[in-house]
Amino acid sequence: MTQQTIVEITLDSLLAKVREVKYEGWRLVQICCTKLPECLELQYSFDKDYVYQSFKIVLKDTVTPVPSISGVYLSAFLYENEIHDLFGVKVENIAVDYKGDFYRTGIKHAFNQEEKPKETSHE
Amino acid sequence: MSKRTIIPFGPQHPVLPEPIHLDLVLEDEKVVEAIPSIGFIHRGLEKLVEKKDFQEYTYVAERICGICSFIHGLTYCMAVEELMKIEVPERAQYLRTIWSELSRIHSHLLWLGLTADGFGFESLFMESWKIREYILDIIEETTGGRVIFGSAKVGGVRRDITPAKLDEIVKKLRVYQNKINDLGMVFLDDTTVKHRTQGVGILTTENAKALGAVGPMLRASGVSMDIRMMGYAAYGKIGFTPIVETDGDCYARCKVRIRELAQSIDIIEKCVQQMKEGVIEAKVTGFPTGEFFARSEQPRGEVIYYAKANGTKFLQRLRVRTPTFANITPLLEILKGCQLADVPILVLTIDPCISCAER
Repeated sequence: MTQQTIVEITLDSLLAKVREVKYEGWRLVQICCTKLPECLELQYSFDKDYVYQSFKIVLKDTVTPVPSISGVYLSAFLYENEIHDLFGVKVENIAVDYKGDFYRTGIKHAFNQEEKPKETSHE
Repeated sequence: MSKRTIIPFGPQHPVLPEPIHLDLVLEDEKVVEAIPSIGFIHRGLEKLVEKKDFQEYTYVAERICGICSFIHGLTYCMAVEELMKIEVPERAQYLRTIWSELSRIHSHLLWLGLTADGFGFESLFMESWKIREYILDIIEETTGGRVIFGSAKVGGVRRDITPAKLDEIVKKLRVYQNKINDLGMVFLDDTTVKHRTQGVGILTTENAKALGAVGPMLRASGVSMDIRMMGYAAYGKIGFTPIVETDGDCYARCKVRIRELAQSIDIIEKCVQQMKEGVIEAKVTGFPTGEFFARSEQPRGEVIYYAKANGTKFLQRLRVRTPTFANITPLLEILKGCQLADVPILVLTIDPCISCAER
């Protein structure tokens, strides 16, 4: 159905790669984060003429800072605030940084939590 | 420089059926900057994929949005089908296309009505929604639901439509086409409507591309980009050309949607002409494994479903990027320099669906 590739890159090369695809005319489609048992995966997806490519970065923890790409693609600021608020990924230099107030979730970093039994009230 | 004032717009506002908030920085009546704030009703539906098995989650995906519910379910199924290498029967592909286009028609009519309401043209609003009711009736007759179709399933569709019913639908749509044409003439020719939409909120081609606009927002700025061109469902067999306008203003966005209404009716007619009898679902065995980005064209633009699975009945991750989320940044761009009185129309012009964005 589609042409799509997922290429694993290092965190250090992220900004250079993103600048390269911007120069080539690719459109930023989305950024997403996936929590796996041993790590987090970040995927930066781009489209050009219906061809789809993603850069994948593996993060061992949420402490390692990830550079923001909102200086290259402004629209990235929404995705970066989202992955910060839902997964706790530290993203540095976001063009518009909500500092954790982008999503008003009851649980902090809700998508990076193991499920806990819900406390019930008997009032 | 004039004194700057910050005016909150939303989260509760007469033109907003759902909550989104904008901090509008004004110089006199002119907007110089807008800062968005969402997340009031974030539901965490992506996380629910860890608790619902991959078949059950189709029901959840459909409930992400009450307007383009079928296309959400469809795109989710497309992602899982790709992971499981399932070939969907041809008749199911045509039925998926028909229901997708019915969704587009009712969504665009809903938007036209809301926009007319936004600039105070109440009779136009009533007329748009009256025609939309006819479309919802067709959806109800063919799926049993008016909002949630419940027709998409992994491997195909749940229901068939009889040839007699399909012919009846085509006849009805031809009648509605005339009503839609009349409606379109008011939107596109009426002086008062043009006064509110022409030359307002211009998004240039360069900005539309750079800021990641999708759907009618992008096509109204001169970019021929429509995910239906990739040929998913039966679009590859139908033959399809995106509708493009070049002015990039509210009027152009309105025009794209009105022209797409006629195009959707054409697509349904072609589907009915081309589709043959056959099975409507493929057998689903095993569990999904791998990762895939499924893409489809909702009424508001491109939607992305990323699914990652490891061979169990639960997906590891499901990520949904909705068109409204992608169109927020372009909205901020068109708000710059506009008059405060135009803000409601400009917000409506992206056809915001916050329940999608707050999945």
